Amino acid sequence: MLYIYCPHCGEHREEEEFHPKGQAHIARPLDPDNCTDKEWGEYLYFRKNPRGLHHELWVHAAGCRKFFNMTRDTVTYEIKEVYKIGEQPSVVADS
Amino acid sequence: MLTVKERIHDTAKPPPVRRTNRPFKSLTFSYNGQEFKGYQGDTLASAMLANGIDVIGRSFKYSRPRGIVAAGAEEPNAVMQLGATEATQVPNVRATQQELFHGLVSKSTNGWPNVDTDIMSLLGKVGGKMMPPGFYYKTFMYPQSMWDTYENLIRKAAGLGRSPLETDPDTYDKVNQHCDIMIVGAGPAGLAAAQTAARSGASVIIADEQSEFGGSLLSSKELLNGKPAGDWVAEVVAELEAADNVLVLPRSTVNGYHDHNFLTIHERRTDHIGDLAPAGQVRQRLHRVRAKWVVLATGAHERPLVFANNDVPGCMVANAVSTYINRYGVVPGKELVLMTTNDNGYQAAIDWAEAGRKVVAIVDTRQSPAGDRIDAARKLGINIITGSAVIEVQGSKRVTGVSVAPISSDGSMVSGSVQRLSVDTVASSGGWSPVIHLSCHTGSRPVWNEEIVGFLPGPTVQKQLVAGGINGSYATGKAMGEGVEAANSAIASLNLDAVSVDLPTTEEVAEGPVQTLFHIPHTKPTSAAPKQFVDYQNDVTASGIELACREGYESIEHVKRYTAMGFGTDQGKLGNINGMAIAAKTLNKSIPETGTTIFRPNYTPVTFGALVGRDCGELFDPERYTAMHKWHLENGAKFEDVGQWKRPWYFPKAGETMQEALNRECLATRESVGILDASTLGKIDIQGKDAREFLGRVYTNPWAKLAVGKCRYGLMCGEDGMVFDDGVTTCLGENHFLMTTTSGGAARVYEWLELYHQTEWPELEVYFNTVTDHWATMTISGPNSRKLLEEVCTDIDLSNEAFSFMDWKAGTVAGVPARVFRISFTGELSYEINVQANYGLQVWEKLFEHGEKYNLTPYGTETMHILRAEKGFIIAGQDTDGSVHPHDLGMSWCVSDKKPFSYIGKRGMKREDCVRENRKQLVGLKTKDPMVVIPEGSQGVFDKNAPIPMPMVGHVTSSYYSAVLGHSIAMGFVKGGLNRMGETVYYPQADGSVIEAEICSPIFLDPKGERQNV
Amino acid sequence: MSDNEVFAAVMNQLPDASIPGYSPLHHADLETLAKQGPQQGGVHLREHALLGHLVLRCNPENPEHLAGVERVLGVALPLEPLSSVTEGNVTVMWTSPDEWIVIVPGLEAFDYETKFRAEMSGHYSLVNVSGGQTLVEVSGANAVDMLKKSCPLDFNAKKFPVGKVAGTVFAKAGAVVRRTGEDRFELIIRRSFADYLWLWLQDASREYGLVIEA
Repeated sequence: MLYIYCPHCGEHREEEEFHPKGQAHIARPLDPDNCTDKEWGEYLYFRKNPRGLHHELWVHAAGCRKFFNMTRDTVTYEIKEVYKIGEQPSVVADS
Repeated sequence: MLTVKERIHDTAKPPPVRRTNRPFKSLTFSYNGQEFKGYQGDTLASAMLANGIDVIGRSFKYSRPRGIVAAGAEEPNAVMQLGATEATQVPNVRATQQELFHGLVSKSTNGWPNVDTDIMSLLGKVGGKMMPPGFYYKTFMYPQSMWDTYENLIRKAAGLGRSPLETDPDTYDKVNQHCDIMIVGAGPAGLAAAQTAARSGASVIIADEQSEFGGSLLSSKELLNGKPAGDWVAEVVAELEAADNVLVLPRSTVNGYHDHNFLTIHERRTDHIGDLAPAGQVRQRLHRVRAKWVVLATGAHERPLVFANNDVPGCMVANAVSTYINRYGVVPGKELVLMTTNDNGYQAAIDWAEAGRKVVAIVDTRQSPAGDRIDAARKLGINIITGSAVIEVQGSKRVTGVSVAPISSDGSMVSGSVQRLSVDTVASSGGWSPVIHLSCHTGSRPVWNEEIVGFLPGPTVQKQLVAGGINGSYATGKAMGEGVEAANSAIASLNLDAVSVDLPTTEEVAEGPVQTLFHIPHTKPTSAAPKQFVDYQNDVTASGIELACREGYESIEHVKRYTAMGFGTDQGKLGNINGMAIAAKTLNKSIPETGTTIFRPNYTPVTFGALVGRDCGELFDPERYTAMHKWHLENGAKFEDVGQWKRPWYFPKAGETMQEALNRECLATRESVGILDASTLGKIDIQGKDAREFLGRVYTNPWAKLAVGKCRYGLMCGEDGMVFDDGVTTCLGENHFLMTTTSGGAARVYEWLELYHQTEWPELEVYFNTVTDHWATMTISGPNSRKLLEEVCTDIDLSNEAFSFMDWKAGTVAGVPARVFRISFTGELSYEINVQANYGLQVWEKLFEHGEKYNLTPYGTETMHILRAEKGFIIAGQDTDGSVHPHDLGMSWCVSDKKPFSYIGKRGMKREDCVRENRKQLVGLKTKDPMVVIPEGSQGVFDKNAPIPMPMVGHVTSSYYSAVLGHSIAMGFVKGGLNRMGETVYYPQADGSVIEAEICSPIFLDPKGERQNV
Repeated sequence: MSDNEVFAAVMNQLPDASIPGYSPLHHADLETLAKQGPQQGGVHLREHALLGHLVLRCNPENPEHLAGVERVLGVALPLEPLSSVTEGNVTVMWTSPDEWIVIVPGLEAFDYETKFRAEMSGHYSLVNVSGGQTLVEVSGANAVDMLKKSCPLDFNAKKFPVGKVAGTVFAKAGAVVRRTGEDRFELIIRRSFADYLWLWLQDASREYGLVIEA
């Protein structure tokens, strides 16, 4: 059970108030009609599954119902940071 | 074998370190049907020992007689079945943890048919070699079909306790807790930590699995400040109980330590009082704790040594012997031999001697031990045999004697001649193992420490601190000091002021070094020597571990699984370290190289009751009701679960079968007027100047030109082009819409809209609000619905010209302001009436007052399904399954290619696989025999004589008998179905029959749609 | 008809007084329980039925919105997350950065809606949800104990002071929880879950004794 800081409510809440929504920063292509099947397939189906830092989209479903991003370590389950939609993470994996 | 062991102190005199003043009251309890006497303050185990009960069960695999070995949570053998009645049966309770109460009924768990004459022991006796490790894997794996039989046999024979067959009458619940500092364990370290934390003003929870706080001090004669340790314990406990920032939880086992400092505590509130909880009280409570800091002060468990026949009743862990004498006033035998690798173990022999019983010898594996306790033992005149070991025990249901022999200084071999000693009790101490279980739950890998000869908690990402025995700090003074230090370290990080605590002075005891020795050698090789048990509960022996290593299992995790070491309710509390050490030696590796297995939650067994809490019976899951639910109940509705909603399924009249009721409801609606409670439909209020644009992006059809006052049906797809919801959306005002969704899809659709608004199109000015519960919705449908509505609605012109199909109007229905929508899911003239839900029931009832002359008939979801199927209308989730796009459904009319924005689903529908020929398409199905209803889910084939496996061409999604049409109707997917009108599909059934159907239009009734437009 | 009314449909949803409203807990007959049930216990429960519940969504950074709200409600919109204000018989609760629940007397909901439409312009939404939820007050020495069985919030007075409001899970449903006193809370629960939560609240209060107030 994670303990998650909601950047909109400004405090930690129990995981049961939240829904995970998968990998963050999957932007909808601006011109879907001109995407190839491969490009559209990448957008639809291909996701990272890293061991270590992962940027995820969550929603405070039982609380303020706002979506936000979370950087989480998939090994230790540590939450490194949460940040609002439109913002970029400050904690990123070494590449 | 002993008969009855008198207590060293009778009822008038409390045991040596009994700390409380409560009356030493006599109690009666039963064990395996026989009545015994015990005393208040006993555990079931101490009472059994006091009554001379040696054999408390049979071992799991070999069915050997077993006795009580330990005095606490680490007890592997005395796992009992409790309960005076069928409903109050509780399996897997450790006798060492169960407080005695008057009338307690216990049974041994293992052993069939009883512990003294056990059928399986025949197998066990000859079966030493028959049941090597991996026996179950090797023997019972094949044939797989026999597993049920094998499992039954094993369970019956070995006995793992049983669950009650009747409903547990007690109440169990859960409580969510938050605290600054959670302290696990109330021994010297935990109490010192709690005292410090409490004085800082932080919010504190301290939990201990025992009935009383004190930990090791409960059974120690040690003096604090020159007074009995119990005095200090009582002072601290009183201070903690008086502090309103501290929650004190005795009888509460911290069972799990999870992510982000989340812990679960299993509190047994009334298990010590009686078979049933007193009226109004909660029997057990699961605390779900979120702590800023956790101080683990869980102490240590003494390790027994591994030697031949070390499982014969009468063999005990040294410290348990002290505990039974000092805390419970029970000396568990008459003549003791103690084997030890360390100074601490001597205390058991000292306590034994001081209780006035005979210590035959202390056998120390070290060549020349020296220390205060050794001196004390010598002073008592105890015979100390150094450089030697107890290599074998004699006896079967009770120890009768031991073989003692000199061993080499590294403990690897017997180095001299064997002597026999006549004893009835063997205590052994191989040193102490810190109780690192909770630390391991967090994923932390333990670290081997050579100095304490044990594993310490490893590095962790949790906010975890350790103090005392868990840290290898066994001396009371040191443990208390670490408790204060840990608490202050947490306090500092909470930005509170550091607290100083006057700790009591302790007695310094000089101790010599511990010998690193786990497995006592025998004159014969391990494989030929009598069994040397490592894990009592799972019957794992030293030779079994050696065999596993020889068979190629090199990873300790594999050895564990192969031998079952550390499995089950025991979780390897006594045996794991010994097992690893033996594996390491066999593999010629060091212990750190071999590593250890990881302990998992739960630390000790938790009842299902505590895990379930109040989420049972009528509180198991929410039942959602509409405003008209009471009417449905009063009118005999049968209900169907739609998500969490209870929706009327059909309304049978007396004596009617379901089909008869459905026929009646369908005919009444088509011929006159029916009414449906449609309140469960999801309703989302949408406002903003970009609302219309937003609708155009989430629906597949156009919305730009929908005028105020008009309704439109819409299909919603995912980005993959597959249909996931549908419904009617109404334009209430230029910037104001009301969207409806399926009943089950409401929450998902709402979150979907917010997702796209918040993450993709925040620039669109639109707000969404759920109004599902605000509006009560009732649909009247049928040729007489206008006449009925006219009677209760006078301020709307209901004529077809003024109020046509797909219009909505505001007005008053039955005196209540309403929004009326002329939309239809039956194909009949229909009105959907929305009123504020606080008035839903009144309007509904008023409609019935006026409806009698029109035979107004309530119908439920099943009739709704039939009526819409007659019209070929889909139900998202029934006729769709996430793999069909609108064109597959024959709903291309609902898909726009002209909208400027590439709406959700548009691109997806054009993927290669979505545009290929011969996709499965939704069609109508007319059975050759009009009375046969194809079972939903039936798979179709084009060639009924094709060899198995037959190529399947699609399944039936909806299928009913239509009373209106007089024949069955169905919809289903058929490969290329839209181009196969008139062709035949066959539906082979499980019974060998084949149903033949013709592909047709799914619109069975009124194909031109005239009825809804009248 | 004002311009605003063209853009959004607002209607008085209440019938005349001859037709009584049935709140979501109507069938529990709390009035009888209040008279006949226990008068002493650790948890007191009272439904404030048939209040006006409005959901306001607007831009907290738009000064015109803030001024408009204050003109209508006579109180400034609480902008601090998880805060609330009560002024007379109007309560405003922050539920999201752009969303507030406004509680007004039941018969005045439409008046407030009308005033909002007259006073506010630009992009906002106002929705009457009075039929979809109800307000339940729980109080008493064991109110916190009961709440701790029901939802995972930290009710420590330092962490959850008077005036704080939070949307959260409540048993297996949801609720908006607001502290109005040391031992006093308001719960806003949805109509369709009301029966389940009523059973839950009775059950969770059982060991402390439940007193129904009307």
